Amino acid sequence: MSAATTDTAKAPKTSRDWDMAAIAPFVALALLLVLGYFANPNFVSVANLTNVITRSAFIAIIALGATYVISSGGLDLSVGAMVAFVASLMILFMNTGAIGDPTLMLVAAMLVALGLGAACGLANGLITTVGKIEPFIATLGTMGIYRGLTTWLSQGGSITVRDRELQQLYRPVYFGDVFGVPIPIIVIFATAALAAFVLYRTRYGRHLIAVGSNEEVARYSGISVQKVRTIAYIVQGLCVAVAVIIYVPRLGSTSATTGILWELQAITAVVVGGTALRGGVGRIWGTVCGAFILEIVGNIMLLSNFVSEYLIGAIQGAIIIIAMLVQRSLMRK
Amino acid sequence: MTVSPAPVHSSINPRLLDASGLSKTFGIIEVLKDISLTVRAGEVHAIIGENGAGKSTLMKILAGNHQPTRGEIRIDGAPVSFSGPVDAENHGIVLVHQEILLAPDLTVAQNIYLGRELRKGLTVDDQAMRSGARQAIVDLGGYIDPDTIVSRLSIAQRQLVQIARVLLVPHRIVIFDEPTASLTPHETEALLKVIRDIRAKGVGVLYISHRLPEVKEIADRVTVLRDGRLVGSHDAAELQPADMARLMVGRDVAKLYPDRHAAEVRQAVLEVERFEVPGFALDAAFTLRKGEILGFAGLIGAGRTELMEGLVGLRPAKGKVVLNGHPVSFTDVHSSLKAGVAYLSEDRKGKGLLLTKDLRVNLTLASLGKFIRGLQIDRKREGDALDKAIKDFDIRTGTKNILAGQLSGGNQQKLLLAKMMMLDPQVVIIDEPTRGIDIGNKEQIYKFIAALAEEGRSIIVVSSEMPELIGICDRILVMRTGRIVGEVQGEHMTENEIVQLATGVNAGAAA
Repeated sequence: MSAATTDTAKAPKTSRDWDMAAIAPFVALALLLVLGYFANPNFVSVANLTNVITRSAFIAIIALGATYVISSGGLDLSVGAMVAFVASLMILFMNTGAIGDPTLMLVAAMLVALGLGAACGLANGLITTVGKIEPFIATLGTMGIYRGLTTWLSQGGSITVRDRELQQLYRPVYFGDVFGVPIPIIVIFATAALAAFVLYRTRYGRHLIAVGSNEEVARYSGISVQKVRTIAYIVQGLCVAVAVIIYVPRLGSTSATTGILWELQAITAVVVGGTALRGGVGRIWGTVCGAFILEIVGNIMLLSNFVSEYLIGAIQGAIIIIAMLVQRSLMRK
Repeated sequence: MTVSPAPVHSSINPRLLDASGLSKTFGIIEVLKDISLTVRAGEVHAIIGENGAGKSTLMKILAGNHQPTRGEIRIDGAPVSFSGPVDAENHGIVLVHQEILLAPDLTVAQNIYLGRELRKGLTVDDQAMRSGARQAIVDLGGYIDPDTIVSRLSIAQRQLVQIARVLLVPHRIVIFDEPTASLTPHETEALLKVIRDIRAKGVGVLYISHRLPEVKEIADRVTVLRDGRLVGSHDAAELQPADMARLMVGRDVAKLYPDRHAAEVRQAVLEVERFEVPGFALDAAFTLRKGEILGFAGLIGAGRTELMEGLVGLRPAKGKVVLNGHPVSFTDVHSSLKAGVAYLSEDRKGKGLLLTKDLRVNLTLASLGKFIRGLQIDRKREGDALDKAIKDFDIRTGTKNILAGQLSGGNQQKLLLAKMMMLDPQVVIIDEPTRGIDIGNKEQIYKFIAALAEEGRSIIVVSSEMPELIGICDRILVMRTGRIVGEVQGEHMTENEIVQLATGVNAGAAA
């Protein structure tokens, strides 16, 4: 029997191993900050760090949704393509000029994006649950569909917000700040706080973890496994939509190549954050931390002269493998 | 070379293996303490004991899967230390596992030679393996086409394949770990014949079982374990099954079951008619009354579990189900739980509890709705409920903050019972309530079941342990190949009558 831990932190502490797995990503982040300082003292300037975190917003927010899907025992490979697809349709909607008032148009466009994201997520969810197709295959399929439709909509090129006034109105959503804090950073933390509340405090969150932990036990306990999983994919779709909403004003346009390989970065952020790929454990703040780690590693490589920045992809690939090895050694007694 | 000690009497077979003072500790728990035994050539040595007595651990040590914490194993008088199962096999000790460990998509021949394929040049020699496999099975007194895919075989046939696979290794000692657990009496008889043939070749056989009549039939020597300790080794001729039971349990077995008042005939709570679970149960009909404990007996594979799962909506099913006078039809567990019918799976670890989650999460999983305040789960009330459950169901745990998987089997079952009772169900269906549970917890669980019936709830107990059904049930229904074939009650509730119904021998049909 393991000795009783006497700490009274809010997460249920069951044994020291689990604590380690939860803390590891934050320790890694702290080490990276120290490493970054030695690589280039400018790295730890407030300006640089806000900049880095702002740039991590897309992956961080998408990864929050991925945390839900992965905790439920699923996987969503389509998120990168979904970003491009939802962004294209959102801009095309803005370009119709259906609503005269720019503010109203902007709000409507955001709602359209959220609706589309939810619909794409619902499609993924229904194909995996009702269609009973492996999530890997199902979302590989929808990845192709969403990407292909985007290429077709953009005719292989890009889609740009045509209305100047609308673009100017929309710009602050990415470039603006509140009391010096960039809006994308606020969106990251607001989304994460909401995601953490739902996952850790509500009945749905408990059911999600139960389904990911052992589907049969959940079913025998009267939980609708299909419903819980489908909702996780919808949450993922909504997170993609939120990412799109802050992505579009950055360039004011999107293209057929938008979001390529984002699904891998999102999954990496989730795994680096300590969420088990087999499901049953979800760490929201770990995921945010994981997204920061990915972006910071890239930033350090740019600022230092040790490693070529062309190797960023290779380094990120190595990170996911190292994270898995660390996770497993921490899980094992 | 060490000279093996010469037998004192020529009538005593040569000693193959001597174990002395074997102990095994996992963490701080001592599961085996100071066990000594001797295996002789041409002898069947049975190891008996309750679940949790340490039989399997002992066998795993002898087969090289575990290292003993203390103690010594000698083969032909020379001390040995096995680095792993392969090392033990090199010493001629092979183990026939309780579970069937075969690749279901491969053929019989491929399974028998898996990992030690015969080769001809660069390719595998299928021809030789096919004839070798056929011969190996014929040697065991059976016939199975070596090209059959294993998933098409019956459980008994798979076991034969597994034994053939194990015996392909040159062996002097064969360990059988509860080989008859899932066999019909007819199949058991065939297996015992195989074991006698092996013995006749001068091989030493260790035979683990808690089916005592079978032990009496096959064993030359019987060693009894209780709570990880050696109770004694005896000549099988000296012991009757009843003596073995007393040695195993260490007390009077009759007190295991709670006293029950003869239930008066009360109103029907659950009426089932023409109920069918396609592929598993056909034309089932029964009535469950208020405050009654109704048993379901039958062989493994008779469709009892599937029938219950069909009733609560876990499997597609059709038929008429009336609950308290109202027709119902459950398509998922949510609806059956809501109506007050709870099913506790036989597969506690796989379907009952989240082993990697703590006790609180497990306790409230099926009844979370009761713990919602506003949008949130009220963790304090959950904690209070856990305190109450630990007290009411006597869940023994040093700390409340452990994972469900860290509880012993008995405490897991109590937790599962507590979890389902959170919903205050009127009908409780318990599948194999004491499988893998030690005797002390068994007794408690029987008391809980009796108490639930006393409170006016109606209970269905599905069990493969006939004494348990006879001990706690008011009536017992017997199933065979998907059908309810009979009911026993009162003085007819005997193992004999149940076995006859379960195997169909009284109907003149071969089992």
